[in-house]
Amino acid sequence: MSLDTSDTSDASDVEAAVAAAFQSEWGQVVATLIRVTGDWDLAEDSAADAFTTALERWKRDGIPRNPGAWLTTTARNRATDRIRHAARGTEKLRDLALLERDASGEVAEPDEVHDDRLRLIFTCCHPALPFDARIALTLRTLTGLTTAEIARAFLVPEPTMYQRLTRAKRKIREANIPYRVPPPHLLQERLSSVLAVVYLLFNEGYSATTGADLIRQNLSGEAIRLARLLVQLLPEPESLGLLALMLLHDARRSTRVDDDGALVTLERQDRSRWDRARIAEGLSHLRATPGPYQLQAAIAAVHAIAPTVEATDWAQIVALYDDLLHYTPSPVVRLNRAVAVAMADGPAAGLKLVDELVASGELDGYHLLPATRADLLRRQGASAAAAEAYREAIALAATDAERAYLTARLDEL
Amino acid sequence: MKYQLTIWHGDDHWESPQEIGEWPEHKVWYDDLVARGITRGGARLRPEATTKVQVRNGETLVSDGPYAETKDFVGGFMVIEVEHLDEAIEVAAGHPFAKWGTVEVRPVWE
Repeated sequence: MSLDTSDTSDASDVEAAVAAAFQSEWGQVVATLIRVTGDWDLAEDSAADAFTTALERWKRDGIPRNPGAWLTTTARNRATDRIRHAARGTEKLRDLALLERDASGEVAEPDEVHDDRLRLIFTCCHPALPFDARIALTLRTLTGLTTAEIARAFLVPEPTMYQRLTRAKRKIREANIPYRVPPPHLLQERLSSVLAVVYLLFNEGYSATTGADLIRQNLSGEAIRLARLLVQLLPEPESLGLLALMLLHDARRSTRVDDDGALVTLERQDRSRWDRARIAEGLSHLRATPGPYQLQAAIAAVHAIAPTVEATDWAQIVALYDDLLHYTPSPVVRLNRAVAVAMADGPAAGLKLVDELVASGELDGYHLLPATRADLLRRQGASAAAAEAYREAIALAATDAERAYLTARLDEL
Repeated sequence: MKYQLTIWHGDDHWESPQEIGEWPEHKVWYDDLVARGITRGGARLRPEATTKVQVRNGETLVSDGPYAETKDFVGGFMVIEVEHLDEAIEVAAGHPFAKWGTVEVRPVWE
């Protein structure tokens, strides 16, 4: 193993290097050790040991040229010690010995390392696991967030999250869920589960606006990082679409709340502060291939490139929602489409569609339904009916920020 | 006539088949069955690692529950030996009943 001993590293450099390696290498080290040992807890414990060891050893010996290989080798040695100590699994010991050659950095093909992380994410997102456990397990194993951090992000007590993770790992072991990227005939169905988990992570971080702590914002960052990884490994139109969608939403993050933490809707956002680099990157991942993520990304893209609300190509957004309804025939998509129709053809046309949704009862209790009605009635000049709808929406809204936003609109009438 | 005994228990039991086999009361009960020549095999099932498999409109739906309730019928059972869960799911999805009912895949505790 080659060590960069030419200059002695001071303590803060080493700490920064270990922190950076944790961000970029944790998932790979854990994924590789799970593949070789088949033991999820052993893999996580050995990886944690390797990062602790790195803090001491890199201060003494310098930061290695290939931190990932160094960490994998060190974690492998810890796993070997632990297996020897427990006097079990000679087969595992042989596999771990073979791994030494892989981890040297010179022999390992980058693809093998990527395959391990892909294997890990597909296994964490196996449909035989409960949905909330898939998200938690993906975060725990691929990003190294602690159980306490994940519990806090999902607003559940730590013992609950600990149990959820333990049970999921036990099911993987006992039901013998294979550690692999599924074969082609299962890939499409399984990929959609993986993408859904990544998108949900993003939304967990994105929708928490006021008073959001750093952990929740980190979730959006982690989701984008995982999506980049997926795209690198599996450049399917839908993986690209999800990455594009998240980048295009994230480009608007800083304009979605004002200095007081109040919600700012799309029409009132300061477009000059949208992150142009993120938008450009998001646009570069758009493909003509239809699919739910590509279509949602295309809708976000039409907003992102419009200089003003009025100059937005609303007719194209309506057309994209029509296509999206084909894949996701949900009442929420129909509500969004109604808003676009109102922008393209006037509030009366949108209101007709919203009233159909009200009559269907499919969105009973969803505050954005009366909120949308209120907005369209206001635009028609029907103040009294609008006020009534705003009050209905305020009663249903779940967060203070949304209630404050709706109350301000009601007061403007 | 053969019977399948479906044994339900709470989550406070994690004893392995070997451990249960060593319980004196279980041993007395089981030795009696063997002496009477009425056992036709059986297995300890993993209590928590069940997977639900259904086929609807030609699509295989795999999930971690919700599972059948006690009022639902156990219509039969079968033991297969395959490599891993995905293979077991493929077999389960191929059963004609998967199209309208549910096939629960439970690992046998070996």
